[in-house]
Amino acid sequence: MRDLGVALAASEPLGGLAQTAIGVGLVVAAAVTLVSAYRVVAGPSTPDRVVALDTIGTNVVAIAALYAMWTSEGLFVIVALVLAIIGFVSTIAVARFVTEGDIIE
Amino acid sequence: MTMLASLTTPVPGIALAASGGGGLTSPLQAALVVALVAVGTFFLLVGVVGLVRLPTIYNRMHATSKATTLGASSMLLAGVLYFGGDGDGLAALVAIGFLFLTAPTGAHMISRAAQKMGVPFEDGVTWPGED
Repeated sequence: MRDLGVALAASEPLGGLAQTAIGVGLVVAAAVTLVSAYRVVAGPSTPDRVVALDTIGTNVVAIAALYAMWTSEGLFVIVALVLAIIGFVSTIAVARFVTEGDIIE
Repeated sequence: MTMLASLTTPVPGIALAASGGGGLTSPLQAALVVALVAVGTFFLLVGVVGLVRLPTIYNRMHATSKATTLGASSMLLAGVLYFGGDGDGLAALVAIGFLFLTAPTGAHMISRAAQKMGVPFEDGVTWPGED
C-alpha cells in the first residue's frame, strides 16, 4: 500500500508536497511524543504522569491518522478511533482510582 | 460538498484497496491536506512545549488538553479530506467528535483528582472568592 501512496502522490500536482508534509508531520509528532515521556518520568505527582500519558495517547491518535494518509491505508483511521476510546477510559479509570480509592465499588 | 463527492470517485487505472481507498485526486485537496497537517503539527508541538515547560499540573493541563486535542483533530480532518466523506473518512469525523467530547471530560476528572490529592496551586494563586 506504501507503493500505491507514492505512485498516487507522484502522479498528481502537489501530491508529492502532500506526501512530504505528511512525512514531516509524522517525524515531528513522533519526536514530540518522545519529549512528553520526560513528564511521565520526571512529573512530581501522579496526576502529572496521568496528564502526560493522556497527551501521549492523543499524540498517538494523531500519528495513526497521519500514518493512514502516509500509506493510503484507511484501516489506521479505525486504529486512531479505538486508541482515542481506550485513552479516555484509562484516564477516567486512573482519575477515579486516585480520588475514590477504587474504580468500581 | 461537491469537493467531498469528487474525492470518493475512484482513480482510474488503479485498483484501490478493499478498505475504501481514498487518495489525492485534486491539487486543492492536496493543498488543504498540507495546510491541515501543518496546523496539526504546530498545535501538537505547542501542547507538548506547555506540558514540559509550565510550572504546575493545572497549568500543564491547560496547555495540553486544548492544544493536543486541536492538533489531533486537525490531523483527523486532513484524513477526512484524504479518504472522502464516507467509509474511513466518516470514521475520522466520528473520532473528531469523540475527541472533542472526551478530552475536556478527562482533563476535568484529572484536575479534580489532583485537587483532592492536595497538589498545591502556583504560589499566590487562590480559589475565586477566597482571600
